[in-house]
Amino acid sequence: MIRLSEITRVFRMGDQEVRALNAVTLDIASGEYVSIMGPSGSGKSTLLNVVGLLDRPDSGRYELDGTNVTELSETERARVRREKIGFVFQSFHLVPRLTAAENIELPLILEGIAVDQRKSRVEAALDAFDLRDRARHRPAELSGGQRQRVAIARATILRPTALLADEPTGNLDHRIGAEVMALLETLNQAGTTLIVVTHDRELGARAQRHIAMRDGEIVADER
Amino acid sequence: MTYLDTLKLSFSTVTSYRTRSLLIVLAMALGVAAVVVLTALGDGARRYVVGQFSSLGTNLVIVLPGRAETSGGFPGAALGQTPRDLTLEDARFVGHLPQVRRYAPLNVGVAELSSGGRLREVTVLGSNAELLPIRHMKLAQGSFLAHGSERSAQIVLGSQLAREFFPDGKVIGQRVRLGDSRFLVSGVLAPQGESMGFNSDEIVIIPIDYAQELFNTSSLFRILIEARSRNDIEPAKIAISHALKLRHDGEDDVTVITQDAVLATFDRILRALTLAVAGIAAISLAVAGILVMNVMLVAVAQRTSEIGLLKAIGAPSADIRKLFFAEALWLSLAGGAIGFALGHAGSLMLRLAYPVLPAWPPAWASVAGVATALITGIVASLLPAARAARLDPVLALSGK
Repeated sequence: MIRLSEITRVFRMGDQEVRALNAVTLDIASGEYVSIMGPSGSGKSTLLNVVGLLDRPDSGRYELDGTNVTELSETERARVRREKIGFVFQSFHLVPRLTAAENIELPLILEGIAVDQRKSRVEAALDAFDLRDRARHRPAELSGGQRQRVAIARATILRPTALLADEPTGNLDHRIGAEVMALLETLNQAGTTLIVVTHDRELGARAQRHIAMRDGEIVADER
Repeated sequence: MTYLDTLKLSFSTVTSYRTRSLLIVLAMALGVAAVVVLTALGDGARRYVVGQFSSLGTNLVIVLPGRAETSGGFPGAALGQTPRDLTLEDARFVGHLPQVRRYAPLNVGVAELSSGGRLREVTVLGSNAELLPIRHMKLAQGSFLAHGSERSAQIVLGSQLAREFFPDGKVIGQRVRLGDSRFLVSGVLAPQGESMGFNSDEIVIIPIDYAQELFNTSSLFRILIEARSRNDIEPAKIAISHALKLRHDGEDDVTVITQDAVLATFDRILRALTLAVAGIAAISLAVAGILVMNVMLVAVAQRTSEIGLLKAIGAPSADIRKLFFAEALWLSLAGGAIGFALGHAGSLMLRLAYPVLPAWPPAWASVAGVATALITGIVASLLPAARAARLDPVLALSGK
């Protein structure tokens, strides 16, 4: 359950103030599939970063699963991020010197899970995302679709409640992009909240709920 | 994140940036090796000098005629004149002081040695039987001057002279001529090589009476005295000065020096030198530390988006800091270990190249070298690690 009320985020560009988010109020229930669309600079990525606790709002209140996360310390926010949020990025953001399996293992290492448990969970993820024969390959040796699958496997290995995807198909061709979206939607059907930020109307239309943004404000919210 | 995982993850980072890591490790290793080798050299020099002094004898007190050699300023000093001779009677007298274990009067001169048609000039030492134990000399064959033998015409040859004059090896009991007198060879010194600029392989030793007759003198060049123990050195020195002053009509005209004092001075000087050299070498370690800092700062800049990613998947700032810290730890640990090995290998090569120089690196220098490497590496990583931990994840992810 994500509950934003009156969230404002202001950036300074020289002597100008840019309101990336202007008193945004938004509730997203667990298990929802939401797309956020809007022109660049409309604040959709900032909204995603605030929801993912990467960015701190300047004012407003953010409740995640019943706890007020606006007032948490940096270390506590990192823990919440690790346990409840999974990020999927347009440019994948895999660590280039680690293999696919090692990239997927990273959140487990950060969480401090024992080695033998890590092994079996990574194995299971490799099977689930059809990456078994790519486990020992480094990102440079993987195709775009495979890289995004590794990134999704990494984002979901700790079973987060919400998956936040920022233009997840932006660097993929149409067919592979559709496959990746289908994969994310499968995860959503299994109960994970899915929030997708995109330019692509066709992609946005696949969600059950469509939010449109302009100039830091929500201008439409349709189901 | 557990400490073990932090170390493993940072180790894989270090090994994947191979060139960069090798260069830092090399810089660190050279610094540590410099500390180890230079202190080995300094300490080796100290040990060499101390060893040279010790080979002259232990608990040694030396009496020289004349005050001039230390305080100067009496007329005639420049001409080598001394106000009053040091005599054989003086030597016998101080030899009976309670603090003195044994004494050897000494005269030095040059004379012509001949035997079986061979002829050469040699340095002649005139002394008594006690010279052998006092100067820690060793015999290769035969016997040294006999006790109470001041009246018998014995001669002891240096090893090289024995070889030159008697190539067939039959030396003992042979007759040689030194100046105008005939001597019977009683012993041959073991080869000792050069010591304090004095080659004992090319000398002959004869009883003091013969030496004084040969050089037509009644004065002594030195009296070598061995005190009963280390603690007796100072009392012996005072007693000797006092006794000789009495014998010389109350005039303080001899110089008594102890080998201990000279040794302690050299020891101090060379220790200070070793420390100074180690300090200079340590500066290169500080430079290596700055290199580590620079390279780590570059690494933070290069890996900005990776740091952003780690934060996005839930790494707290403390973990990021620990990762960079551990990376510096690995680099300086490797540098320290390789430098330690390199330094010891270098010292070994020094010892092989100059066998007389005991160039063993002192333990404190090895420990200090490695510890300095570790500390500089760790201190140098503090700033880059803090910078990495402070990065704003949103900006870092977008690569800004």
